[in-house]
Amino acid sequence: MTDPRSRTQKQARNTALACLGLVVGMTALAFAFVPLYDLFCKATGYDGTPLRGAAASGPASQGSQQGTMVVHFDTNVAPGLPWRFVAETRQVEAQLGATKTVFFRVTNTGSVPSTGIATFNLQPGLTGGYFVKVQCFCFNEQTLAPGETMDFPVVFYLEPGIKTDPNTRDLTEMTLSYTYFASKNGQPQAALATPAGTKAN
Amino acid sequence: MAQAVTAGHDHAHDHTPPFFQRWFNSTNHKDIGTLYLLFAFSAGIVGAFLSFGIRMEMEAPGLQYFSNPQTYNVFVTGHGLIMVFFMVMPALIGGFGNWFVPLMIGAPDMAFPRMNNISFWLTVAGFMSLVCSLFVEGAPGAVGAGTGWTVYPPLSTAGHPGPAVDFAIFALHLSGAGSILGAINFITTILNMRAPGMTLHKMPLFAWSMLVTAFLLLLSLPVLAGAITMLLTDRNFGTTFFDPAGGGDPILYQHLFWFFGHPEVYIMILPAFGIVSHIIATFSRKPVFGYLAMAYAMVAIGVVGFVVWAHHMYTVGLTLQTQSYFVFATMVIAVPTGVKIFSWIATMWGGSIRFTAAMHWAVGFVFLFTVGGVTGVILANAAVDRYLHDTYYVVAHFHYVLSLGAVFIIFAGVYYWFPKMTGRIIPEWAGKLHFWLAFIGANVLFFPMHFLGLAGMPRRYADYPEAFAGWHWVATMGGHIFALGMVVFVIGVVLAFRSKERAADNPWGEGATTLEWTLSSPPPFHQYETLPVIVDEPSHAH
Repeated sequence: MTDPRSRTQKQARNTALACLGLVVGMTALAFAFVPLYDLFCKATGYDGTPLRGAAASGPASQGSQQGTMVVHFDTNVAPGLPWRFVAETRQVEAQLGATKTVFFRVTNTGSVPSTGIATFNLQPGLTGGYFVKVQCFCFNEQTLAPGETMDFPVVFYLEPGIKTDPNTRDLTEMTLSYTYFASKNGQPQAALATPAGTKAN
Repeated sequence: MAQAVTAGHDHAHDHTPPFFQRWFNSTNHKDIGTLYLLFAFSAGIVGAFLSFGIRMEMEAPGLQYFSNPQTYNVFVTGHGLIMVFFMVMPALIGGFGNWFVPLMIGAPDMAFPRMNNISFWLTVAGFMSLVCSLFVEGAPGAVGAGTGWTVYPPLSTAGHPGPAVDFAIFALHLSGAGSILGAINFITTILNMRAPGMTLHKMPLFAWSMLVTAFLLLLSLPVLAGAITMLLTDRNFGTTFFDPAGGGDPILYQHLFWFFGHPEVYIMILPAFGIVSHIIATFSRKPVFGYLAMAYAMVAIGVVGFVVWAHHMYTVGLTLQTQSYFVFATMVIAVPTGVKIFSWIATMWGGSIRFTAAMHWAVGFVFLFTVGGVTGVILANAAVDRYLHDTYYVVAHFHYVLSLGAVFIIFAGVYYWFPKMTGRIIPEWAGKLHFWLAFIGANVLFFPMHFLGLAGMPRRYADYPEAFAGWHWVATMGGHIFALGMVVFVIGVVLAFRSKERAADNPWGEGATTLEWTLSSPPPFHQYETLPVIVDEPSHAH
């Protein structure tokens, strides 16, 4: 039989520990949200994240041509990287479900070797769920010698579902935007959080 | 409501520790509450000075006082952060919460008095860090963090290479840690240390409001801490949580920030809801109408407040369905809020109302908070918000609920509890004059901002086209009137301390039924050495 005073103290300690657990849990959730959000974007194409398809299911569905969309290409180089970065064409007209290949060319115009890393985004963001990349060069570090030029292919197709989704069916064009950044010492956090296999795309 | 039959009065053993021990190593909840109130007032002066800079600059088009508009952004940021984290929260939660939660629930002190002391000094340290950030480089060629209180990347990362943002982040870390410890203290105190017989359903509404607020703090602040820690590592250690260069997404920060940021606005207003309930009940000489509905309306506001955050982000490209959900969820909050406003009015209905200074502020609050609530419902519409997002309409909205809501109740609380806290009396005329100057001043200051916002005036710009000049001039004049009211407040407090008049234990008469009025004014250093016992009365409506 404990006296009431120490029982109150024990209860108080338990309450405080439960509260502390809540705080620790919420902090952990905040950090867990980063990879979860990344996974969520990759899985759903949320916020302009293009989907990455392992194989082109596109040609199979080529028969059901429900129209075309114009895909514009936007190429940027962030400050601090002396590269020139252009797409072979400013835009293509892509048939829904048909695989397209577009080449991008980067040239190191600086006098020293430099390393860059590319990221991408789709606008409008709602189209992300219907743009499937079969092959691309994003999140691969590239080191270019002075004056060196490289060509990278981007292979993609558009899911025909884009014409049935009420959010996107009125759209006729979209923009795939790439930006090359100077590599920030090694692989970025968000890319590390995803399984190694997806990085190879 | 429940009433105390016995309350421990014990003046005989009432000795206080020496000055340094008492105010720097304080473990007494009333002393810590006093420290919080004094700190909030001091920080409020700094925040008011910054807002004065803003209003002076906005009085006329062109750049008058700020040669570098970035410095103007620093003033806006400093004003926002100080008023939210170092004025409203310390005053309502640390100040009135510490003072009156133990008194109202019949507890001798807080559950963890030393932790209470740490909470306070962490808040002070946070404020120092924020003040430091004003004097070190932020954006290239300018001192201070000009990121807005939201600290969105990439402006706060790539846009501010200097250490000012790091200092601001540390300020939020420190004050956040202080608030979390404080919240744990409140929850533990309220759940374990209520007087015998005081069930949760007999607990005064201010204690209820602090309980809900403490849970909101516990659930939301760690998310802010996580988000700004990621910001810190993005800035300093090469991570790319929010940096697109490495696949991060700045929108992710906005989600995390507003998951904290929206409950935060309820953290600031719920304690005010609690205080205003007591003031209106006291001066209507009636128990509060719909006590249980009032308590659970606060719980409902707290719960729903966690699932509406993206209404701050309608313009980031959410799908139509997502926007529809957030519109709906946001509007749901109007229901419990309406319950509260209805109950305050119903409490006054048929009561024998006395318009004391505190009652002036409380009734003014109900009116002005409703105005702010209505503009909130308007802004909750995604389609309307597309037009009003980041305009002065939003500035008007959140100043109506915070400046004219939370701040009005801070003053209401001061006028209501000042006799209890100090044993002295602020002259009623000073409180009433202060109220009318603040009421007129704040409306002249903030109401024209609705017009400016509807006309398209964006937030956070130091300069603007001629077309907006008229209402900006009016708003600045309102600011001067409000500032004049603050002078009256200081005069009132000085007069209270110079006067020989002493407050009675219960200066407000039979309407004041909560336990703190059974104690002396000011209360003894240690109260309730014999715990008060709460006996049930036949009915809540007596």
